[in-house]
Amino acid sequence: MSAKLLEVQSISRSFGALRAVDEVSFAVEPGQVHAVIGPNGAGKTTLFNIISGLVPPTSGQVQFAGQTITTLPCYRRAQIGISRTFQNIRIFPEMSVLENVMTGMTPWLRAPLIGVLLRLPAARREEHDAINRAMALLDKVGLAAQAAARAADLAYGDQRRLEIARALAARPSLLLLDEPAAGMNPTETIGLSVLLQGLRGGGLSILLVEHDMAFVMGLSDQVTVLNFGRVIADGRPAAIRHDALVIEAYLGHKVAARLAAEAGS
Amino acid sequence: MEALDDLFWAYQDLFYSLGVNAILALSMYAVVALGQLSLGQAAFMGIGAYIGAVATVKLGLPFVVALSAAMAAPAVVAALIGVPTLRLTGVYLAIATIGLGEVLRILYLNSDYLGGALGFSGIPHKADGWIIYGLLALILLAFLLITRSRVGRACEAIREDEDAAKVMGINVTGYKMTALILSAALAGLGGALNAHFSSFISPGEFGFENAVTILSYAVLGGVASPLGPVLGAFLLTALPELLRSLHGLRGVVNGLIIVLVMIFLPKGLLGRRVRRTL
Repeated sequence: MSAKLLEVQSISRSFGALRAVDEVSFAVEPGQVHAVIGPNGAGKTTLFNIISGLVPPTSGQVQFAGQTITTLPCYRRAQIGISRTFQNIRIFPEMSVLENVMTGMTPWLRAPLIGVLLRLPAARREEHDAINRAMALLDKVGLAAQAAARAADLAYGDQRRLEIARALAARPSLLLLDEPAAGMNPTETIGLSVLLQGLRGGGLSILLVEHDMAFVMGLSDQVTVLNFGRVIADGRPAAIRHDALVIEAYLGHKVAARLAAEAGS
Repeated sequence: MEALDDLFWAYQDLFYSLGVNAILALSMYAVVALGQLSLGQAAFMGIGAYIGAVATVKLGLPFVVALSAAMAAPAVVAALIGVPTLRLTGVYLAIATIGLGEVLRILYLNSDYLGGALGFSGIPHKADGWIIYGLLALILLAFLLITRSRVGRACEAIREDEDAAKVMGINVTGYKMTALILSAALAGLGGALNAHFSSFISPGEFGFENAVTILSYAVLGGVASPLGPVLGAFLLTALPELLRSLHGLRGVVNGLIIVLVMIFLPKGLLGRRVRRTL
Protein backbone atom coordinates (compact mmCIF):
# COMPACT_ATOMS: atom_id res chain seq x y z
CA MET A 1 0.00 0.00 0.00
CA SER A 2 1.42 3.36 -1.02
CA ALA A 3 1.43 6.38 1.26
CA LYS A 4 -0.07 8.59 -1.42
CA LEU A 5 -3.48 10.08 -0.73
CA LEU A 6 -4.45 10.56 -4.35
CA GLU A 7 -2.89 8.81 -7.31
CA VAL A 8 -3.83 9.68 -10.84
CA GLN A 9 -2.60 6.94 -13.19
CA SER A 10 -2.37 7.49 -16.96
CA ILE A 11 -5.64 9.40 -17.07
CA SER A 12 -6.88 10.42 -20.53
CA ARG A 13 -10.06 12.16 -21.58
CA SER A 14 -11.09 12.95 -25.14
CA PHE A 15 -13.88 15.25 -26.26
CA GLY A 16 -14.39 14.20 -29.88
CA ALA A 17 -11.01 14.62 -31.59
CA LEU A 18 -9.62 16.76 -28.77
CA ARG A 19 -7.50 15.02 -26.16
CA ALA A 20 -8.15 17.37 -23.25
CA VAL A 21 -6.20 15.21 -20.82
CA ASP A 22 -3.53 12.91 -22.23
CA GLU A 23 -1.91 10.14 -20.15
CA VAL A 24 -1.61 12.30 -17.05
CA SER A 25 -0.10 10.74 -13.94
CA PHE A 26 0.82 12.33 -10.63
CA ALA A 27 0.31 11.79 -6.93
CA VAL A 28 -0.69 13.94 -3.99
CA GLU A 29 0.98 13.23 -0.67
CA PRO A 30 -1.04 13.47 2.56
CA GLY A 31 -0.87 16.89 4.21
CA GLN A 32 0.60 18.66 1.19
CA VAL A 33 -0.47 21.49 -1.04
CA HIS A 34 -0.12 20.30 -4.62
CA ALA A 35 -0.63 22.75 -7.47
CA VAL A 36 -1.54 22.00 -11.07
CA ILE A 37 -0.57 24.84 -13.36
CA GLY A 38 -0.53 25.35 -17.10
CA PRO A 39 -1.72 27.73 -19.80
CA ASN A 40 -5.42 28.11 -20.53
CA GLY A 41 -6.87 25.01 -22.15
CA ALA A 42 -4.14 22.76 -20.75
CA GLY A 43 -6.76 20.39 -19.31
CA LYS A 44 -6.64 21.41 -15.65
CA THR A 45 -10.36 21.75 -15.09
CA THR A 46 -11.11 18.52 -16.98
CA LEU A 47 -8.60 16.81 -14.70
CA PHE A 48 -10.45 18.19 -11.66
CA ASN A 49 -13.76 17.03 -13.07
CA ILE A 50 -12.33 13.52 -13.50
CA ILE A 51 -10.94 13.41 -9.95
CA SER A 52 -14.18 14.68 -8.42
CA GLY A 53 -16.24 12.32 -10.59
CA LEU A 54 -18.23 14.78 -12.69
CA VAL A 55 -16.61 13.50 -15.89
CA PRO A 56 -15.49 9.89 -16.44
CA PRO A 57 -12.01 9.41 -17.90
CA THR A 58 -11.68 7.79 -21.33
CA SER A 59 -8.91 5.65 -19.87
CA GLY A 60 -6.72 5.41 -16.80
CA GLN A 61 -7.27 4.98 -13.06
CA VAL A 62 -7.80 7.21 -10.05
CA GLN A 63 -6.80 5.89 -6.61
CA PHE A 64 -7.80 7.59 -3.40
CA ALA A 65 -6.63 6.46 0.04
CA GLY A 66 -5.68 3.08 -1.40
CA GLN A 67 -9.05 2.55 -3.09
CA THR A 68 -9.74 2.63 -6.83
CA ILE A 69 -12.42 5.26 -7.36
CA THR A 70 -12.40 5.57 -11.15
CA THR A 71 -16.03 4.52 -11.50
CA LEU A 72 -17.30 5.70 -8.11
CA PRO A 73 -20.25 8.14 -8.42
CA CYS A 74 -19.54 11.76 -7.65
CA TYR A 75 -21.58 11.90 -4.44
CA ARG A 76 -19.83 8.81 -3.06
CA ARG A 77 -16.44 10.48 -3.56
CA ALA A 78 -17.67 13.39 -1.44
CA GLN A 79 -18.63 10.88 1.25
CA ILE A 80 -15.15 9.30 1.34
CA GLY A 81 -13.35 12.62 1.62
CA ILE A 82 -12.97 14.44 -1.71
CA SER A 83 -14.46 17.91 -1.80
CA ARG A 84 -14.04 20.73 -4.32
CA THR A 85 -14.77 24.25 -5.45
CA PHE A 86 -15.40 25.42 -8.99
CA GLN A 87 -13.54 27.83 -11.26
CA ASN A 88 -16.74 29.78 -11.96
CA ILE A 89 -18.16 29.97 -8.41
CA ARG A 90 -21.08 27.61 -7.95
CA ILE A 91 -22.61 28.39 -4.59
CA PHE A 92 -26.36 27.94 -4.24
CA PRO A 93 -27.40 31.53 -4.99
CA GLU A 94 -30.87 31.64 -3.43
CA MET A 95 -29.89 29.94 -0.18
CA SER A 96 -28.55 31.81 2.78
CA VAL A 97 -24.81 31.76 3.43
CA LEU A 98 -25.38 29.47 6.41
CA GLU A 99 -27.57 27.07 4.43
CA ASN A 100 -24.90 26.81 1.75
CA VAL A 101 -22.40 25.58 4.32
CA MET A 102 -24.97 23.25 5.91
CA THR A 103 -25.63 21.71 2.50
CA GLY A 104 -21.96 20.80 2.42
CA MET A 105 -22.51 18.69 5.53
CA THR A 106 -24.91 16.35 3.73
CA PRO A 107 -22.60 13.31 3.98
CA TRP A 108 -22.53 13.69 7.78
CA LEU A 109 -26.19 14.23 8.55
CA ARG A 110 -27.54 10.80 9.30
CA ALA A 111 -30.73 11.28 11.33
CA PRO A 112 -33.40 9.01 9.78
CA LEU A 113 -36.05 10.69 7.65
CA ILE A 114 -38.86 9.86 10.04
CA GLY A 115 -36.97 11.60 12.84
CA VAL A 116 -36.39 14.62 10.61
CA LEU A 117 -40.10 14.70 9.73
CA LEU A 118 -41.34 14.38 13.30
CA ARG A 119 -38.60 16.64 14.65
CA LEU A 120 -37.47 13.97 17.11
CA PRO A 121 -34.81 15.00 19.63
CA ALA A 122 -31.95 13.23 17.83
CA ALA A 123 -32.74 14.97 14.55
CA ARG A 124 -33.14 18.35 16.24
CA ARG A 125 -29.82 17.91 18.01
CA GLU A 126 -28.13 16.97 14.75
CA GLU A 127 -29.57 20.06 13.03
CA HIS A 128 -28.48 22.20 15.95
CA ASP A 129 -24.94 20.77 15.81
CA ALA A 130 -24.87 21.35 12.07
CA ILE A 131 -25.73 25.03 12.56
CA ASN A 132 -22.98 25.38 15.16
CA ARG A 133 -20.39 23.70 12.99
CA ALA A 134 -21.44 25.76 9.98
CA MET A 135 -21.08 28.93 12.01
CA ALA A 136 -17.61 27.84 13.16
CA LEU A 137 -16.58 27.31 9.54
CA LEU A 138 -18.00 30.69 8.51
CA ASP A 139 -16.03 32.22 11.34
CA LYS A 140 -12.88 30.53 10.04
CA VAL A 141 -13.28 32.07 6.57
CA GLY A 142 -14.42 35.41 8.01
CA LEU A 143 -18.06 35.29 6.91
CA ALA A 144 -19.83 34.73 10.24
CA ALA A 145 -21.40 38.20 10.15
CA GLN A 146 -23.07 37.46 6.82
CA ALA A 147 -24.49 34.05 7.80
CA ALA A 148 -28.10 35.09 7.17
CA ALA A 149 -27.44 36.93 3.90
CA ARG A 150 -28.58 35.59 0.54
CA ALA A 151 -25.50 33.91 -0.94
CA ALA A 152 -25.87 35.66 -4.30
CA ASP A 153 -25.68 39.05 -2.55
CA LEU A 154 -22.13 38.44 -1.28
CA ALA A 155 -19.16 40.23 -2.84
CA TYR A 156 -17.14 38.15 -5.30
CA GLY A 157 -14.24 37.37 -2.98
CA ASP A 158 -16.68 36.47 -0.20
CA GLN A 159 -18.49 34.06 -2.54
CA ARG A 160 -15.18 32.31 -3.18
CA ARG A 161 -14.56 31.98 0.53
CA LEU A 162 -18.11 30.75 1.07
CA GLU A 163 -17.52 28.06 -1.53
CA ILE A 164 -14.38 26.97 0.35
CA ALA A 165 -16.32 26.89 3.64
CA ARG A 166 -19.02 24.77 1.97
CA ALA A 167 -16.37 22.38 0.64
CA LEU A 168 -14.78 22.14 4.10
CA ALA A 169 -18.17 21.36 5.65
CA ALA A 170 -17.95 17.92 4.02
CA ARG A 171 -14.86 17.29 6.23
CA PRO A 172 -12.67 16.27 3.29
CA SER A 173 -9.22 14.75 3.50
CA LEU A 174 -8.53 16.11 0.01
CA LEU A 175 -9.73 19.56 -1.04
CA LEU A 176 -9.73 20.45 -4.73
CA LEU A 177 -9.63 24.19 -5.37
CA ASP A 178 -10.15 25.38 -8.94
CA GLU A 179 -8.59 28.86 -9.20
CA PRO A 180 -9.43 29.94 -5.65
CA ALA A 181 -7.63 33.30 -5.98
CA ALA A 182 -9.22 34.29 -9.30
CA GLY A 183 -10.77 37.74 -9.07
CA MET A 184 -9.44 38.36 -5.56
CA ASN A 185 -7.54 41.52 -4.73
CA PRO A 186 -3.97 41.19 -3.33
CA THR A 187 -5.13 41.51 0.29
CA GLU A 188 -7.78 38.82 -0.19
CA THR A 189 -5.22 36.59 -1.89
CA ILE A 190 -2.87 36.86 1.09
CA GLY A 191 -5.79 36.08 3.41
CA LEU A 192 -6.60 33.02 1.31
CA SER A 193 -2.98 31.88 1.42
CA VAL A 194 -2.95 32.15 5.22
CA LEU A 195 -6.24 30.23 5.41
CA LEU A 196 -4.94 27.41 3.19
CA GLN A 197 -1.67 27.19 5.14
CA GLY A 198 -3.73 26.82 8.30
CA LEU A 199 -5.78 24.03 6.72
CA ARG A 200 -2.63 22.21 5.64
CA GLY A 201 -1.31 22.62 9.18
CA GLY A 202 -4.46 20.80 10.32
CA GLY A 203 -3.56 17.82 8.11
CA LEU A 204 -5.72 18.58 5.05
CA SER A 205 -4.30 17.83 1.60
CA ILE A 206 -5.02 20.43 -1.03
CA LEU A 207 -4.88 20.07 -4.81
CA LEU A 208 -5.24 23.42 -6.50
CA VAL A 209 -5.35 24.90 -9.97
CA GLU A 210 -4.21 28.50 -10.01
CA HIS A 211 -2.84 31.15 -12.36
CA ASP A 212 -1.45 33.47 -9.71
CA MET A 213 2.18 32.27 -9.75
CA ALA A 214 3.29 34.12 -6.61
CA PHE A 215 0.41 32.46 -4.77
CA VAL A 216 1.23 29.00 -6.17
CA MET A 217 4.97 29.20 -5.57
CA GLY A 218 4.57 30.55 -2.05
CA LEU A 219 2.08 27.94 -0.95
CA SER A 220 2.75 24.69 -2.81
CA ASP A 221 4.86 21.74 -1.75
CA GLN A 222 4.65 20.17 -5.19
CA VAL A 223 3.77 21.52 -8.64
CA THR A 224 2.59 19.62 -11.72
CA VAL A 225 2.64 21.50 -15.01
CA LEU A 226 0.24 20.63 -17.81
CA ASN A 227 0.35 21.78 -21.41
CA PHE A 228 -2.00 20.54 -24.14
CA GLY A 229 -3.28 17.87 -21.76
CA ARG A 230 0.15 16.42 -21.00
CA VAL A 231 2.38 16.63 -17.93
CA ILE A 232 5.48 18.58 -18.96
CA ALA A 233 7.03 18.99 -15.52
CA ASP A 234 6.49 17.79 -11.96
CA GLY A 235 8.51 18.84 -8.94
CA ARG A 236 9.21 21.33 -6.19
CA PRO A 237 8.26 24.96 -6.92
CA ALA A 238 11.90 26.05 -7.05
CA ALA A 239 12.70 23.46 -9.74
CA ILE A 240 9.57 24.22 -11.76
CA ARG A 241 10.40 27.93 -11.87
CA HIS A 242 13.56 27.25 -13.88
CA ASP A 243 12.28 24.39 -16.03
CA ALA A 244 12.92 25.18 -19.69
CA LEU A 245 9.77 23.39 -20.93
CA VAL A 246 7.60 25.29 -18.45
CA ILE A 247 9.04 28.66 -19.48
CA GLU A 248 8.46 27.75 -23.11
CA ALA A 249 4.86 26.67 -22.46
CA TYR A 250 4.06 29.95 -20.77
CA LEU A 251 6.13 32.43 -22.80
CA GLY A 252 6.44 30.71 -26.20
CA HIS A 253 9.59 29.17 -27.65
CA LYS A 254 11.08 32.48 -28.95
CA VAL A 255 11.10 34.19 -25.57
CA ALA A 256 12.23 30.97 -23.93
CA ALA A 257 15.18 30.68 -26.35
CA ARG A 258 16.17 34.32 -25.74
CA LEU A 259 15.99 33.82 -21.97
CA ALA A 260 18.11 30.68 -22.30
CA ALA A 261 20.66 32.54 -24.44
CA GLU A 262 20.82 35.41 -21.92
CA ALA A 263 21.26 32.95 -19.07
CA GLY A 264 24.06 31.21 -20.99
CA SER A 265 26.00 34.37 -21.94
CA MET B 1 -79.14 27.62 7.37
CA GLU B 2 -81.07 26.23 4.44
CA ALA B 3 -79.51 28.83 2.17
CA LEU B 4 -76.10 27.74 3.33
CA ASP B 5 -76.97 24.14 2.58
CA ASP B 6 -78.12 25.09 -0.90
CA LEU B 7 -74.92 27.00 -1.47
CA PHE B 8 -72.92 24.00 -0.35
CA TRP B 9 -74.83 21.63 -2.63
CA ALA B 10 -74.40 23.98 -5.56
CA TYR B 11 -70.67 24.30 -5.00
CA GLN B 12 -69.94 20.89 -3.48
CA ASP B 13 -67.97 19.69 -6.46
CA LEU B 14 -65.99 22.91 -6.54
CA PHE B 15 -65.22 22.49 -2.84
CA TYR B 16 -63.95 18.96 -3.45
CA SER B 17 -62.05 19.98 -6.59
CA LEU B 18 -60.19 22.69 -4.70
CA GLY B 19 -58.83 20.12 -2.25
CA VAL B 20 -58.01 17.46 -4.83
CA ASN B 21 -56.35 19.95 -7.17
CA ALA B 22 -54.25 21.21 -4.27
CA ILE B 23 -53.06 17.60 -3.73
CA LEU B 24 -52.28 17.38 -7.45
CA ALA B 25 -50.38 20.67 -7.20
CA LEU B 26 -48.30 19.21 -4.36
CA SER B 27 -47.60 16.15 -6.49
CA MET B 28 -46.20 18.55 -9.09
CA TYR B 29 -44.25 20.36 -6.39
CA ALA B 30 -42.47 17.12 -5.47
CA VAL B 31 -40.70 17.13 -8.85
CA VAL B 32 -40.34 20.85 -9.60
CA ALA B 33 -38.80 21.36 -6.15
CA LEU B 34 -35.81 19.48 -7.61
CA GLY B 35 -35.87 21.48 -10.83
CA GLN B 36 -37.42 18.61 -12.77
CA LEU B 37 -40.24 18.94 -15.23
CA SER B 38 -42.90 16.26 -15.41
CA LEU B 39 -45.86 16.46 -17.76
CA GLY B 40 -47.10 13.12 -16.51
CA GLN B 41 -49.10 14.24 -13.48
CA ALA B 42 -52.38 13.84 -15.39
CA ALA B 43 -51.28 10.39 -16.55
CA PHE B 44 -50.36 9.30 -13.01
CA MET B 45 -53.64 10.79 -11.83
CA GLY B 46 -55.45 8.76 -14.48
CA ILE B 47 -53.81 5.54 -13.38
CA GLY B 48 -54.89 6.26 -9.81
CA ALA B 49 -58.44 7.14 -10.89
CA TYR B 50 -58.94 3.97 -12.97
CA ILE B 51 -57.22 1.65 -10.48
CA GLY B 52 -59.23 3.17 -7.63
CA ALA B 53 -62.49 2.87 -9.56
CA VAL B 54 -61.79 -0.73 -10.53
CA ALA B 55 -60.95 -1.55 -6.92
CA THR B 56 -64.19 -0.20 -5.47
CA VAL B 57 -66.63 -0.88 -8.34
CA LYS B 58 -65.40 -4.10 -9.94
CA LEU B 59 -63.61 -5.74 -7.03
CA GLY B 60 -65.68 -4.36 -4.18
CA LEU B 61 -62.61 -3.54 -2.11
CA PRO B 62 -62.66 -1.09 0.81
CA PHE B 63 -61.89 2.56 -0.01
CA VAL B 64 -58.62 2.52 1.95
CA VAL B 65 -57.37 -0.38 -0.14
CA ALA B 66 -58.51 1.39 -3.31
CA LEU B 67 -56.60 4.53 -2.35
CA SER B 68 -53.47 2.54 -1.49
CA ALA B 69 -53.58 0.72 -4.82
CA ALA B 70 -54.20 4.04 -6.57
CA MET B 71 -50.96 5.33 -5.07
CA ALA B 72 -48.88 2.19 -5.56
CA ALA B 73 -49.65 1.60 -9.25
CA PRO B 74 -48.51 5.01 -10.59
CA ALA B 75 -45.49 4.82 -8.27
CA VAL B 76 -44.39 1.61 -9.99
CA VAL B 77 -44.94 3.16 -13.42
CA ALA B 78 -42.93 6.21 -12.35
CA ALA B 79 -40.06 4.01 -11.21
CA LEU B 80 -40.03 2.26 -14.61
CA ILE B 81 -39.97 5.60 -16.44
CA GLY B 82 -37.46 7.12 -14.05
CA VAL B 83 -34.71 4.53 -14.52
CA PRO B 84 -33.93 5.41 -18.15
CA THR B 85 -34.82 9.13 -18.07
CA LEU B 86 -33.56 10.52 -14.77
CA ARG B 87 -29.91 9.99 -15.60
CA LEU B 88 -30.37 12.49 -18.38
CA THR B 89 -30.80 16.17 -17.69
CA GLY B 90 -33.20 18.55 -19.37
CA VAL B 91 -36.53 17.78 -20.97
CA TYR B 92 -36.27 14.00 -21.35
CA LEU B 93 -38.45 13.32 -18.33
CA ALA B 94 -41.08 15.76 -19.63
CA ILE B 95 -41.10 14.09 -23.05
CA ALA B 96 -41.27 10.57 -21.62
CA THR B 97 -44.16 11.54 -19.35
CA ILE B 98 -46.10 13.16 -22.23
CA GLY B 99 -45.66 9.87 -24.09
CA LEU B 100 -46.96 7.93 -21.10
CA GLY B 101 -50.09 10.07 -21.00
CA GLU B 102 -50.87 9.43 -24.66
CA VAL B 103 -50.25 5.69 -24.43
CA LEU B 104 -52.55 5.41 -21.43
CA ARG B 105 -55.28 7.55 -22.99
CA ILE B 106 -55.43 5.24 -26.01
CA LEU B 107 -55.40 2.23 -23.69
CA TYR B 108 -58.42 3.54 -21.72
CA LEU B 109 -60.24 4.43 -24.96
CA ASN B 110 -59.94 0.91 -26.27
CA SER B 111 -60.63 -0.99 -23.09
CA ASP B 112 -64.23 -2.15 -22.76
CA TYR B 113 -63.49 -3.22 -19.20
CA LEU B 114 -62.71 0.42 -18.31
CA GLY B 115 -65.71 1.79 -20.18
CA GLY B 116 -63.86 2.85 -23.31
CA ALA B 117 -64.69 6.26 -24.79
CA LEU B 118 -67.94 6.39 -22.82
CA GLY B 119 -66.01 6.56 -19.59
CA PHE B 120 -66.22 4.72 -16.29
CA SER B 121 -69.40 5.56 -14.41
CA GLY B 122 -71.16 4.54 -11.23
CA ILE B 123 -68.19 5.12 -8.95
CA PRO B 124 -69.46 5.37 -5.36
CA HIS B 125 -69.22 8.66 -3.43
CA LYS B 126 -66.59 7.66 -0.94
CA ALA B 127 -64.48 10.81 -0.79
CA ASP B 128 -65.90 13.53 1.44
CA GLY B 129 -64.53 16.85 2.61
CA TRP B 130 -62.97 15.33 5.72
CA ILE B 131 -60.99 12.74 3.78
CA ILE B 132 -59.90 15.14 1.03
CA TYR B 133 -58.93 18.04 3.27
CA GLY B 134 -57.53 15.78 5.97
CA LEU B 135 -55.17 14.17 3.45
CA LEU B 136 -54.31 17.57 1.96
CA ALA B 137 -53.43 18.93 5.41
CA LEU B 138 -51.31 15.87 6.19
CA ILE B 139 -49.42 16.03 2.88
CA LEU B 140 -48.90 19.78 3.14
CA LEU B 141 -47.58 19.47 6.69
CA ALA B 142 -45.16 16.74 5.64
CA PHE B 143 -43.91 18.88 2.75
CA LEU B 144 -43.45 21.91 5.01
CA LEU B 145 -41.46 19.84 7.52
CA ILE B 146 -39.30 18.27 4.81
CA THR B 147 -38.61 21.63 3.19
CA ARG B 148 -37.13 22.94 6.42
CA SER B 149 -34.71 20.05 6.93
CA ARG B 150 -31.54 18.60 5.47
CA VAL B 151 -33.68 16.83 2.86
CA GLY B 152 -35.24 20.13 1.82
CA ARG B 153 -31.81 21.71 1.58
CA ALA B 154 -30.61 18.86 -0.61
CA CYS B 155 -33.64 19.28 -2.91
CA GLU B 156 -33.04 22.98 -3.20
CA ALA B 157 -29.35 22.39 -3.88
CA ILE B 158 -30.30 20.06 -6.75
CA ARG B 159 -32.71 22.69 -8.11
CA GLU B 160 -30.08 25.42 -7.98
CA ASP B 161 -27.01 23.56 -9.23
CA GLU B 162 -27.01 19.83 -9.89
CA ASP B 163 -23.24 19.41 -10.26
CA ALA B 164 -22.51 21.40 -7.12
CA ALA B 165 -25.06 19.26 -5.28
CA LYS B 166 -23.32 16.08 -6.48
CA VAL B 167 -19.89 17.16 -5.28
CA MET B 168 -21.47 18.05 -1.92
CA GLY B 169 -22.28 14.36 -1.51
CA ILE B 170 -25.94 14.50 -2.52
CA ASN B 171 -27.17 11.43 -4.40
CA VAL B 172 -28.88 13.49 -7.11
CA THR B 173 -30.25 10.55 -9.12
CA GLY B 174 -31.59 8.89 -5.97
CA TYR B 175 -33.34 12.07 -4.88
CA LYS B 176 -34.88 12.62 -8.31
CA MET B 177 -36.12 9.04 -8.41
CA THR B 178 -37.65 9.24 -4.95
CA ALA B 179 -39.30 12.56 -5.82
CA LEU B 180 -40.76 11.21 -9.05
CA ILE B 181 -42.16 8.11 -7.32
CA LEU B 182 -43.63 10.20 -4.50
CA SER B 183 -45.07 12.62 -7.01
CA ALA B 184 -46.72 9.82 -8.99
CA ALA B 185 -48.20 8.31 -5.82
CA LEU B 186 -49.71 11.65 -4.82
CA ALA B 187 -51.10 12.25 -8.29
CA GLY B 188 -52.64 8.75 -8.17
CA LEU B 189 -54.19 9.58 -4.81
CA GLY B 190 -55.62 12.78 -6.29
CA GLY B 191 -57.03 10.83 -9.22
CA ALA B 192 -58.73 8.25 -7.01
CA LEU B 193 -60.21 10.94 -4.76
CA ASN B 194 -61.45 12.78 -7.82
CA ALA B 195 -63.09 9.63 -9.18
CA HIS B 196 -64.81 8.98 -5.86
CA PHE B 197 -66.58 12.33 -5.63
CA SER B 198 -67.37 12.95 -9.31
CA SER B 199 -68.62 9.34 -9.76
CA PHE B 200 -67.54 9.39 -13.38
CA ILE B 201 -64.18 9.42 -15.17
CA SER B 202 -63.30 9.40 -18.86
CA PRO B 203 -60.05 9.08 -20.83
CA GLY B 204 -60.13 12.74 -21.91
CA GLU B 205 -59.68 13.98 -18.34
CA PHE B 206 -56.14 12.67 -18.11
CA GLY B 207 -54.59 14.06 -21.26
CA PHE B 208 -51.98 16.65 -22.05
CA GLU B 209 -54.27 19.61 -21.32
CA ASN B 210 -54.80 18.57 -17.73
CA ALA B 211 -51.07 17.89 -17.33
CA VAL B 212 -50.39 21.50 -18.31
CA THR B 213 -53.10 22.74 -15.93
CA ILE B 214 -51.45 20.90 -13.03
CA LEU B 215 -48.08 22.32 -14.03
CA SER B 216 -49.57 25.81 -14.10
CA TYR B 217 -50.69 25.47 -10.46
CA ALA B 218 -47.04 25.19 -9.49
CA VAL B 219 -45.89 27.86 -11.92
CA LEU B 220 -48.52 30.35 -10.77
CA GLY B 221 -47.98 29.73 -7.06
CA GLY B 222 -44.21 29.45 -7.20
CA VAL B 223 -42.04 26.62 -5.90
CA ALA B 224 -40.15 28.41 -3.12
CA SER B 225 -42.56 26.81 -0.62
CA PRO B 226 -45.15 24.01 -0.86
CA LEU B 227 -47.76 26.65 -0.03
CA GLY B 228 -47.20 28.20 -3.47
CA PRO B 229 -48.61 25.35 -5.59
CA VAL B 230 -51.54 24.97 -3.18
CA LEU B 231 -52.38 28.65 -3.60
CA GLY B 232 -51.96 28.28 -7.36
CA ALA B 233 -54.36 25.33 -7.43
CA PHE B 234 -56.96 27.18 -5.36
CA LEU B 235 -56.83 30.24 -7.61
CA LEU B 236 -56.87 28.38 -10.91
CA THR B 237 -59.69 26.10 -9.74
CA ALA B 238 -61.84 28.87 -8.28
CA LEU B 239 -61.26 31.46 -11.00
CA PRO B 240 -63.19 29.71 -13.79
CA GLU B 241 -66.18 29.48 -11.44
CA LEU B 242 -65.94 33.11 -10.30
CA LEU B 243 -65.54 34.23 -13.90
CA ARG B 244 -68.50 32.19 -15.10
CA SER B 245 -70.41 35.36 -16.04
CA LEU B 246 -67.73 36.17 -18.62
CA HIS B 247 -68.74 33.07 -20.60
CA GLY B 248 -66.44 32.73 -23.60
CA LEU B 249 -63.85 35.13 -22.22
CA ARG B 250 -63.12 32.92 -19.19
CA GLY B 251 -60.19 31.16 -20.80
CA VAL B 252 -58.79 34.46 -22.01
CA VAL B 253 -58.92 36.05 -18.55
CA ASN B 254 -57.43 32.89 -17.03
CA GLY B 255 -54.56 32.94 -19.48
CA LEU B 256 -54.07 36.67 -19.02
CA ILE B 257 -53.66 36.21 -15.27
CA ILE B 258 -50.96 33.58 -15.77
CA VAL B 259 -49.14 35.77 -18.30
CA LEU B 260 -49.26 38.77 -15.96
CA VAL B 261 -47.92 36.69 -13.07
CA MET B 262 -45.10 35.40 -15.30
CA ILE B 263 -44.17 38.97 -16.28
CA PHE B 264 -44.41 40.64 -12.90
CA LEU B 265 -43.76 37.74 -10.52
CA PRO B 266 -41.61 35.30 -12.51
CA LYS B 267 -41.01 33.17 -9.42
CA GLY B 268 -44.74 32.79 -8.80
CA LEU B 269 -47.10 34.39 -6.30
CA LEU B 270 -45.17 32.98 -3.34
CA GLY B 271 -41.75 33.27 -4.94
CA ARG B 272 -39.93 34.79 -1.99
CA ARG B 273 -38.49 32.06 0.12
CA VAL B 274 -38.05 32.30 3.84
CA ARG B 275 -34.41 32.08 4.73
CA ARG B 276 -32.99 30.72 7.92
CA THR B 277 -31.92 33.69 9.97
CA LEU B 278 -30.84 31.89 13.15
